[in-house]
Amino acid sequence: MIAWLVRRLVASLAIIFAVVTFVFILIHVAPGKPCAEIDIDADPAVCAALTKQFGLDKPLHVQYWRYLVELAHGNFGYSFSLHRPVRDALAETIPFTLQLAGAALVLDFLLGLGLGIYQAVRVNRLPDVILGNATLFLYSLPTFWLALILMLVFAEKLAWFPVSGPNDPIICPIVDSLYCVADRVWHLVLPALTLGLVGAAGTARFQRAAMLEVANEDYVRTARAKGVPERRVVLCHQLRNALLSFITRFGLAFPFLLTGAVLIERIFAWPGMGRLAFEGILTRDYPLVTATALIASTVVVFGNLLADILMGVADPRLRVRASADVEIVPA
Amino acid sequence: MRLGNWLALFVAVVLAAEIARLVRQRALRRERWRRFFNHRTTSWGLGILAFLIIIAIAAPLVAPYPPGDPLGIVDLKNHAPSWTFLLGTDVLSRDVWSRLAWGARVSLGIGALGALVAVSLGTLVGASAGYYRRWVDALLMRGVDVGLALPRIFILLMAVALWDGLPFAALVLAIGLTSWFGTSRLVRAEVLSLRERDFVVAARALGAETGRIIFRHVLPNAAAPIIVSAALGVGNVLLLEASLSFLGIGVAPPNPSWGNMIADGASTIYTAPWTILFPGLAISLVVMSLNAVADGLRDTLDPREEAA
Repeated sequence: MIAWLVRRLVASLAIIFAVVTFVFILIHVAPGKPCAEIDIDADPAVCAALTKQFGLDKPLHVQYWRYLVELAHGNFGYSFSLHRPVRDALAETIPFTLQLAGAALVLDFLLGLGLGIYQAVRVNRLPDVILGNATLFLYSLPTFWLALILMLVFAEKLAWFPVSGPNDPIICPIVDSLYCVADRVWHLVLPALTLGLVGAAGTARFQRAAMLEVANEDYVRTARAKGVPERRVVLCHQLRNALLSFITRFGLAFPFLLTGAVLIERIFAWPGMGRLAFEGILTRDYPLVTATALIASTVVVFGNLLADILMGVADPRLRVRASADVEIVPA
Repeated sequence: MRLGNWLALFVAVVLAAEIARLVRQRALRRERWRRFFNHRTTSWGLGILAFLIIIAIAAPLVAPYPPGDPLGIVDLKNHAPSWTFLLGTDVLSRDVWSRLAWGARVSLGIGALGALVAVSLGTLVGASAGYYRRWVDALLMRGVDVGLALPRIFILLMAVALWDGLPFAALVLAIGLTSWFGTSRLVRAEVLSLRERDFVVAARALGAETGRIIFRHVLPNAAAPIIVSAALGVGNVLLLEASLSFLGIGVAPPNPSWGNMIADGASTIYTAPWTILFPGLAISLVVMSLNAVADGLRDTLDPREEAA
């Protein structure tokens, strides 16, 4: 188990390293210079000075080596467009993305699991058919379109929630009281609802299929035959086994949330990492883009690793195989 | 909308319904394909897809106006849906229905071509890794691990935003090149088990060339998951293209795509919600139909789930 974990950790770090390298090369070979993006009419002399200052005139492999050395010291570099260390910009924006993604994830899993289980219990009856079509519809929506529609209905027409931004700029410029925490949650509802609903629809469809897959297993039939109450059959026999494939879904949720964050944060003016990355790309802010890509890939890779570990915890069969030094192949 | 457009639209609806009916009739005759229409939604999905494809092909007939033409910037701006302007007009006084019909070509085209690139590449890589195993497998699959960890939206944003004025083909290629990783894993798993089967061993014993074994014996038997992932892939690529266009870096503005129609309408959602409502519905309709058809295909082509 330990050997397996160590090997997976090393592999994960190698993947993240490869991603950083790929992104580093891609953004550096792309046409356009950062200087021209910051100020179109920049004086060529100023431009040259800046290029020299940031070491952009050096050959690519020298810049890459420099970046790696800086990275090894925990330094993400200096953002050209924000005129501040990338680390500060990240420290400021990541909490916002965490709040958004966290709220969306909770909604995704709670609602998705609940609906999936309910549908599986009522399979092929009216509630299942209605919910099945509803989740198919939600699952097929572009998240950014749903965001606009929710904004139109709940923020503009009904005025239940604020249109955009993370908090009220006049009453709560910084979150320093209980009222302001409530204000933040109030501002969080629509963006989190958008991401959470689309995610929940996918989770519900997935969970329904997983529940039905185990519904025909012998142990479920045996449990029914020996008179276990239906509630217990569903929750203890079916759900426990169906949760195994849910763990795989858990690992897949992170890329979805990250992609969604880029679009949703832009629409709702949520000052998170997705928006930071998008602006960084448009201004050719090399250190900023590489750092956000690094963080995004770390989240994805470690999300997968966490799912695999949870899988081992939940399924003893895999633990045996892992200790026998066989690679775990996710179902 | 002129009489001719209504007529063309009517013909399109009838034709789509007829296609769905014909496919259904033929499918029901075959034992194996009967399961395809188990879900009622599959027929609907097929019909809707047929309808939208016909609309895309017949765009000049069903669309009353050229998609890029401002009809009257002063008095026809943000016109509500009416009999003349079926789905209203947008902020530049362009007819939304005409743009939707022409945009179907762009959006469905990118979806289909992008998925084609992704699925072909994924199949090729997956089959090579699964068939040759050893270092080929190790190398390719580590590459796929990296690909799956890449923040795809960042990569595409970079590729499309930084190389200004990327042609249509490059956009399709960029989307296709970043969407094949999942398929390749799927195909590899399938090929790994198929390559040990008797008919493959027999073909190898008879001295068939490797290429022939892979393309004639192994891949046809792995067709089921490939076809299903292609159907789902079209929907994913469509959504991705829409997201990119919405961020303003997908299909270049004068050409209508469903994604950039939503982007154009985003600034006027409060005064003219129809400008984003209909393209969004069109996207979800296509993705929904593809999901429904993929469900049906999975039931038909994957005999393992017979019990369910």
